[in-house]
Amino acid sequence: MAHPTDTSDSTFEQDVLKDDLPVLVDFWAPWCGPCRMVAPVVEELSDDYDGRVKFMKLNTDENPQVAGKYGIRSIPTLLIFKGGEPVGQIVGFRPKSDLSKRLDEVLA
Amino acid sequence: MTRIDDEAQGRTAALADEGAREVVDVAIIGGGPAGLAAALYASRARRRTVLWEGGMLGGQVATTERIENYPGYPDSVHGVDLVLAMHRQAEQFGTETRYERVTRIEHRAPLFVLHTEQGHAVEAKSVVVTAGAEANKLGVPGEAELVGRGVSYCATCDAAFFTGQQVAVVGGGDAALDEALFTARFASKVTVIHRRDTLRASRILQERAFATPNIEFLWDSVVETVYGESGVEWLTVRDVRSGATRELPVAGLFIFIGQTPNTGLLEGLVPLDRGGHAEVNLWMETPVPGLFVAGDVRAEAARQLVSAAGDGATAAIRADHYLSANFD
Repeated sequence: MAHPTDTSDSTFEQDVLKDDLPVLVDFWAPWCGPCRMVAPVVEELSDDYDGRVKFMKLNTDENPQVAGKYGIRSIPTLLIFKGGEPVGQIVGFRPKSDLSKRLDEVLA
Repeated sequence: MTRIDDEAQGRTAALADEGAREVVDVAIIGGGPAGLAAALYASRARRRTVLWEGGMLGGQVATTERIENYPGYPDSVHGVDLVLAMHRQAEQFGTETRYERVTRIEHRAPLFVLHTEQGHAVEAKSVVVTAGAEANKLGVPGEAELVGRGVSYCATCDAAFFTGQQVAVVGGGDAALDEALFTARFASKVTVIHRRDTLRASRILQERAFATPNIEFLWDSVVETVYGESGVEWLTVRDVRSGATRELPVAGLFIFIGQTPNTGLLEGLVPLDRGGHAEVNLWMETPVPGLFVAGDVRAEAARQLVSAAGDGATAAIRADHYLSANFD
């Protein structure tokens, strides 16, 4: 069982930018209702893509630097990184099938 | 892993003529409060109940931070908490949830066939459509390009990103003022842009908004264009009386200008009013036997959480009677 793990302003470079795998980062905050609805979907995806995509989550309240750097002004936002660069952005709640499609495009 | 099992079941249903066919008693389309209440009542009546949700469970309610007009919650309740509790309650009585978008309802009397985006087809003896409504867009240049970068349809999701900044809220109804009041906790100034000179919002919200020092009103005004490079920077706003245009520097634009019912599924099946809402009787019955419509998708709805839930319960009770009279 894979689970999205927490990343932060101080560990983001190591956790996300320097990883060899594509990384999906779930930007969330405790006060955001739709973020709580997205979390279980991302959890399921982390199972489906175990070993092929790394899943991380970042609390934007506690880590404003990373959120600011990538211009996050709306959450939930999912950013997909590959080789240290953001290659996909999904704003707002999307059903699982849409998210899989985006991940498959990145992996193709 | 349950999701894969669901898909397998759906595929089995699609191959109905090969034997193992699946017939649902009550099929519910849409997992907002109307659908969740219908699911609770239908499954508690021991009917085989399946709820389809193609987007986010709870719909509009899940984006509402504080609900203070749902009876039984004198200290208010968070939308997500209420939705998850309603969902758990429906599942306790046997409701099954499938996260797929239903794209077509086919009427093969006396049954219905639901077709989903993933290519599944499931037969149902009765259908309750509770597909809700979707936020209207302004449809002005710059709006679509800057969604997620300052343009938002959910202040409770995004307001905190505008701490100490100036933002605009468009609209004059309950939703607009609710979100303006919420946003005002973070933003330095909130300008409510409304195309008329009076508000449709309830008196209590108007009183609160007028009493909030960092909320201002721009009456008789409409947004014409949203400008910005990496995020919203300013708007042009036109005074509809004088025709004069002005620039309004804001970092965020929150839009709450009503909603359009998701009745695409019902076109050609049941009569729709001019706004696209389905016409039903007081039992949520459409002219098609076994097909019910409840919540924000129906005509003459109060469009409140409590009335949507009431509609859902009414539809499910009537669906149960319908099944008893026609199938049991």
